[in-house]
Amino acid sequence: MHGLFNRSLQRFLVATYGCDMWDQVVRVADLDAPEFEALLTYPDKVTGDVLCAAARILGKPAEDILEDLGTFLVSNAPSDAVRRLLRFGGADFNTFLLSLPDLPDRARLAIPNLDLPRFRLEERENDLFTLECTTRYPEFCHVTLGALRAMADDYGVLVSLDLALQPGKGACISIRIYEACHHEGRNFSLGLRSP
Amino acid sequence: MSLPVPIAVLDRLMPLHVILDADWRVIHAGPTLHKLAGGLDLAGRAVCDVFQVEGQRPRALHNLVNRALSIRLVHGMQPRLRGILLALGDAAGGAHILNLSPYITEWKRLGAAELSLTDFAPTDMVAERLYLIEANSLAMAEANSLIARLQGAAVTAEKMAVTDTLTGLHNRRALEQAMHRLIDRAVPFALMRLDLDRFKAVNDTHGHAAGDAVLQHVARVLREITRATDTVARIGGDEFVVLLNRLTSPPTIHRIARRIIAQVERPVPFDGRECRVSTSLGTTLSTHYDRPEADRMLADADKALYTSKAAGRATHRFWWPANGAGPPKDEAPG
Repeated sequence: MHGLFNRSLQRFLVATYGCDMWDQVVRVADLDAPEFEALLTYPDKVTGDVLCAAARILGKPAEDILEDLGTFLVSNAPSDAVRRLLRFGGADFNTFLLSLPDLPDRARLAIPNLDLPRFRLEERENDLFTLECTTRYPEFCHVTLGALRAMADDYGVLVSLDLALQPGKGACISIRIYEACHHEGRNFSLGLRSP
Repeated sequence: MSLPVPIAVLDRLMPLHVILDADWRVIHAGPTLHKLAGGLDLAGRAVCDVFQVEGQRPRALHNLVNRALSIRLVHGMQPRLRGILLALGDAAGGAHILNLSPYITEWKRLGAAELSLTDFAPTDMVAERLYLIEANSLAMAEANSLIARLQGAAVTAEKMAVTDTLTGLHNRRALEQAMHRLIDRAVPFALMRLDLDRFKAVNDTHGHAAGDAVLQHVARVLREITRATDTVARIGGDEFVVLLNRLTSPPTIHRIARRIIAQVERPVPFDGRECRVSTSLGTTLSTHYDRPEADRMLADADKALYTSKAAGRATHRFWWPANGAGPPKDEAPG
């Protein structure tokens, strides 16, 4: 698994549950080092171990933790980086959804070895989309669900989301848009940020 | 073919355009250009009051039809823009259209304009460009912090190193650790300091590579003559220290010193020539002290070494508590 995923998971757990909880995760998962590096790659087992440890310590299913991670990345991450990069996808939520199939290639422009899920978007009827996520990491699907929820909120759109796992393949997320202008979305200005 | 194009279409496709009449006055400005001008109404203004053409020499805009331009908007954010000026044809009564786009380097300055994706045509590459810049600078920041951490780790590893890379002997840090171990366990030992004679001459005459070969030769000699339980370290350019474990008999130590001198003096072949050095030695014994201290012992052995040098080099002297450095006991008069 790419270090960026593990690093994000670590940042989310530390920001949400504190350093002590993360120290516990490090012990329970028996990690070699207490910190993940975003630019290195780790054996897949390590990610599984961290998730299992976190689920046990928090008494919460790993899927819920992953979904919260997706929401955190968009709404709470201190740098605002993920939200901004996703907002470049479109001026409104529908355009953003249409940009998702390009996302893995766009991500690879910056981080060449990052393997995001492949997305296929289909408009079933007015305001009803299905998003097929093909990946060998089911973890990504839950993170995607959380991130989509947060992005809808960011655009000020009221949606309901439903995830159906497809074992071995990934998952299918159905997206129903109830109100395109439910509330005022967050501002997205193009001006360059210094990191 | 000629098409009547509604202004609203132009605004959407080219939100940074201006239409100029035959007298080079602004008839209409696109919505994003209007924003960049700080909300100023540009209509009716002469084109030279709105834009400044950049170039080797200032030129009037009407000489630059159908050419790529670099101009500056003189109002609002005053961004540098690239553009193209084209005639709209006879049907338009001599009007021109100037379409513009901000230079990528201007984006920091444009931050204050609070531009959003809707300020550009969906076909404009601006979102892609800005996405790339942000994504790349994030990746670069991660890479830089990783490099900084790896650098820190390398420095720490170097500090923790206990081996002299040239000779493979222990370094000063390892020597100090070994001395502290012996002292803590109250193991008696001799501390012998060596300093090469004529080493500088070898370096000056034959070069540093020859000097390195000599140092490696000395390291070999010291390793061969000492036992596995002894410690051999290089603590400076041509300074060596030997800790002789559980050995405090001056005659034995003196014999070892003599052998070291003899072996060190053997010529070192280098690059078809022979390099010759010798060595002076000074020794102190842990049994001289009630409570041996590493620094004190190193200083006392150095005094004995200094006496050796003063006595004409290629010799060995002990340090004695009563009268300082002197000849080894078995050679001492009386």
